[in-house]
Amino acid sequence: MAEKLFSLIYLVPLLPLLGAFVNGAYAFSGAKLVRPFVHTIALAAIFIPFLITVGAFLHVTSLPEESRQVVVTFFPWLDVGSFKANVEFLIDPLSLTLMLVITGIGSLIHLYSVGYMSHEPSYARYFTYLNLFCFAMLILVMGSNVPMMFIGWEGVGLCSYLLIGFWFTDSAKAAAGMKAFVVNRVGDFAFIVGFLLLYWTLQSKGHATVQFVELRNAVTHLDGVMLGSFSLVTIVCVLMFIGATGKSAQIPLYVWLPDAMAGPTPVSALIHAATMVTAGVYMIGRMSYLFSMSPAALNIIATVGFVTALFAAIIGFTQNDIKKVLAYSTVSQLGYMFGAMGVAAYTAGVFHLLTHAFFKACLFLGSGSVIHAMSGEQDIQKMGALRKHLPITHATFFLSTLAIAGIFPFSGFFSKDEILWHAFNHSKLLWLIGVTAAAGTAVYMLRMVTLTFYGESRVSEEAMHHLHESPLSMTIPLMVLAFLAVFGGFLGVPESLGHFFGLHESNLLEHWLEPSLVFPKEALPMASHATEYFLMVFSLGIAISGCLIGFVLYTKRKDIPESLAQKYPKVYEFIYNKYYVDEFYKAVFVNNLLRLNDFLALFDQKVIDGIVNGTAYVTKIVAYVSGWVDRTFVDGLVNLTASVTSFGGIIARRFQTGRIQTYLYLALGAILVIVFYRFG
Amino acid sequence: MPMIELKDIAFIILALITLGSAGGVAFSKKIIYSGFSLLGSLFGVAGLYILLSNDFIAATQLLIYVGGVLILILFAIMLTSKIGDIAVTNKSINWKVAIPIIAGLACFLISSFSGDIWKVADKTPYQSSVSFIGNALLKEFLLPFEVISIVLLCALIGSIVILKREVK
Amino acid sequence: MISINSYLFVTVLLFCLGLYNVITRSNAVGILMGVELILNAASLNMVAFAHFNGNLVGGGIFALFLIVLAAAEAAVALAIVVSIYRQFGTIDVEEATNLKG
Repeated sequence: MAEKLFSLIYLVPLLPLLGAFVNGAYAFSGAKLVRPFVHTIALAAIFIPFLITVGAFLHVTSLPEESRQVVVTFFPWLDVGSFKANVEFLIDPLSLTLMLVITGIGSLIHLYSVGYMSHEPSYARYFTYLNLFCFAMLILVMGSNVPMMFIGWEGVGLCSYLLIGFWFTDSAKAAAGMKAFVVNRVGDFAFIVGFLLLYWTLQSKGHATVQFVELRNAVTHLDGVMLGSFSLVTIVCVLMFIGATGKSAQIPLYVWLPDAMAGPTPVSALIHAATMVTAGVYMIGRMSYLFSMSPAALNIIATVGFVTALFAAIIGFTQNDIKKVLAYSTVSQLGYMFGAMGVAAYTAGVFHLLTHAFFKACLFLGSGSVIHAMSGEQDIQKMGALRKHLPITHATFFLSTLAIAGIFPFSGFFSKDEILWHAFNHSKLLWLIGVTAAAGTAVYMLRMVTLTFYGESRVSEEAMHHLHESPLSMTIPLMVLAFLAVFGGFLGVPESLGHFFGLHESNLLEHWLEPSLVFPKEALPMASHATEYFLMVFSLGIAISGCLIGFVLYTKRKDIPESLAQKYPKVYEFIYNKYYVDEFYKAVFVNNLLRLNDFLALFDQKVIDGIVNGTAYVTKIVAYVSGWVDRTFVDGLVNLTASVTSFGGIIARRFQTGRIQTYLYLALGAILVIVFYRFG
Repeated sequence: MPMIELKDIAFIILALITLGSAGGVAFSKKIIYSGFSLLGSLFGVAGLYILLSNDFIAATQLLIYVGGVLILILFAIMLTSKIGDIAVTNKSINWKVAIPIIAGLACFLISSFSGDIWKVADKTPYQSSVSFIGNALLKEFLLPFEVISIVLLCALIGSIVILKREVK
Repeated sequence: MISINSYLFVTVLLFCLGLYNVITRSNAVGILMGVELILNAASLNMVAFAHFNGNLVGGGIFALFLIVLAAAEAAVALAIVVSIYRQFGTIDVEEATNLKG
């Protein structure tokens, strides 16, 4: 059974594409909207692939460990010289993990969307984009070569753009979509340059390939290759990492993600929390053999990751838009993942990716449920005491918050703790940043929960009137995700803790992912179990105290944050305005670009147009002179010729009688003349 | 004193038929009479071909000219004039000018070959020319033969196109 | 005594009668008959020369092609005559003078 499902693996990306086609054609045809038809197609197009993926997962787990890497060729695609890329899928533990996340959480979010978008007129268009996104994401994850991955990479960027700007009649939302697209372009450019540099160097070494499987051995030939004063692998890794910062919203290219919240909330959950933004993490995991070769690049990644985690967490304190808080929290958590990748704890990174997908999707969907209940209100300052009205949403939201804050035994605790543990082994400073960010996360998440669900109600009369718990199609995904957020952590119980409870190989995920990953040669000295226990307890203590602080500050002692904000208004303003990064980018990049455009436009108008106009003027004068000559002399000559011809015609026309005989007489006369002249 | 052979008598008779009929063509007042006179003239020429031992050409002359062209001409006459108008359908114009010119031309042409200026080969016994012409047409004259067939086809199509009424 | 000159004499007369016909007739069909006479004169001339020169084939072939061309010419010319008749209601070439300058 599992094997049979595995043979259907090609349907996994194909069905969402098909669904997108059907719904797209339906939306395009302008036929009368039949909602059940649309969402049945869309749900089937993502749920059947989920079942197939589960089957494939079971099949692969039944295989021996060393053969858990299957390449399924679909059809040949590019074959140019040494550049051979087929449409084929690489099914290994890493891609299967991501596939399960995409199809599983994707199915839940599709289901959620049925309720959330039930009043949307562009229903079919919405599901078209959503299915198309799933297709692109699956191609990204399943592709067995870099070009395929890049197609998915660009495809998800496109769908993200389409979905952020879904309500494109609102110009701010359309602009947010464009921002996401343009910022992603910067990253994608670096990504493709990095890849081409890699390919080009490999070709010069005679090992040109774009297949991930073959790259694994091919890159070993790059050891010691220098480009300028840097090692080539480091440059390639850094370029690819810049690509990842674009897609996964890291410093300095994170600015698009908070704006991306302009899209529908399920989209934020699926694309901007659970799947697409983790593409960068996946890419590093997929290319771990390359990144493991360059400790310098890993250090950069780790630093950027942890700094982003802290940086975004601080912004989270001051935001009042429920989705913006979650967006910065996403940036922060993505920072953790990159931090994990950077300290070569790839398993921990993927583990956090997984748990983050659970609790962040749940949080986003919960916020969607809140927004839905509040008739579109997103400001948490105008909420409060919603727990009585939205019991299910409240429960799931609260559990997910505990998960993200890292409270034992929720999933976030295990993944975050593993990251911090590896960071501690790598560098104490990174660990410190990570712990600070974790504490911050606990505080601002609790701030948000408190402001939303507890305290006194600040809901307006009218919104109060419509307040209702969301329909079942929205709460079921919430409950499933909350369940996963609570128990998902047991997939990766640290060895030390498992050992404590007498379990062998308790870190199931690490064991499962091991074959797909390649770790750096020099293993770091690991601190003792005792240190690990201490760190665990310490971070748990930090998290719990953070939660308590957050809870107390925003219920009982609301005066403290207010007085703090009043006491240091500059700092508050600075953070509230997100360190003015957007303004900085606008002043430095956007405005200068526009200024350059203006300058070029001016140059075009004055110089180029001047040259063109000058040429035209000279031509005009020449034309005037030549026209005069033409009229006087040439025309005179022509007219003279015409007059002579015309005069000749007046005489000659007399011979043109139209009678055959006249012509015959003339011909005969001519013959006689010739004959007499010749013989006479 | 050369003998007057039967051949010479035949030549004289045939020449008289030919030229007399041609005169009829040239001078008759009615177009239909001209047409019938042309028949005699063509017959006479066919007879002269036989005298020149070209039996195949004579037969072709009869088949194509008498059987084809002449019938065509007669049809054209019938198609283009009303029966009652026959008397006035063949008037001559400028004949007072034409007769002296033509007469002058004839005198000049006749004078140009008077006297014994030609090399004449020895007489050969009569042989049917059919096999020679057949061989020639399929050997050295094959290309002209094919070209003339195309010319005929073109003439056929051309006359149909010219006569076709315009589709309104 | 029949010599080549006798034949040439006949053909010259035939040619002149044909030419006279062509230049004096105002009826298009009459002109066509004149053309036929001229063609006959020419082909008879060729055959006579060939015969007296001992050439067994040349004259015959020439005459044959002439006859075929004459037939083609007659077909086209008569088609033109008929369409002229449709156009002008007459085949008198004195009246069909649209090309007069």
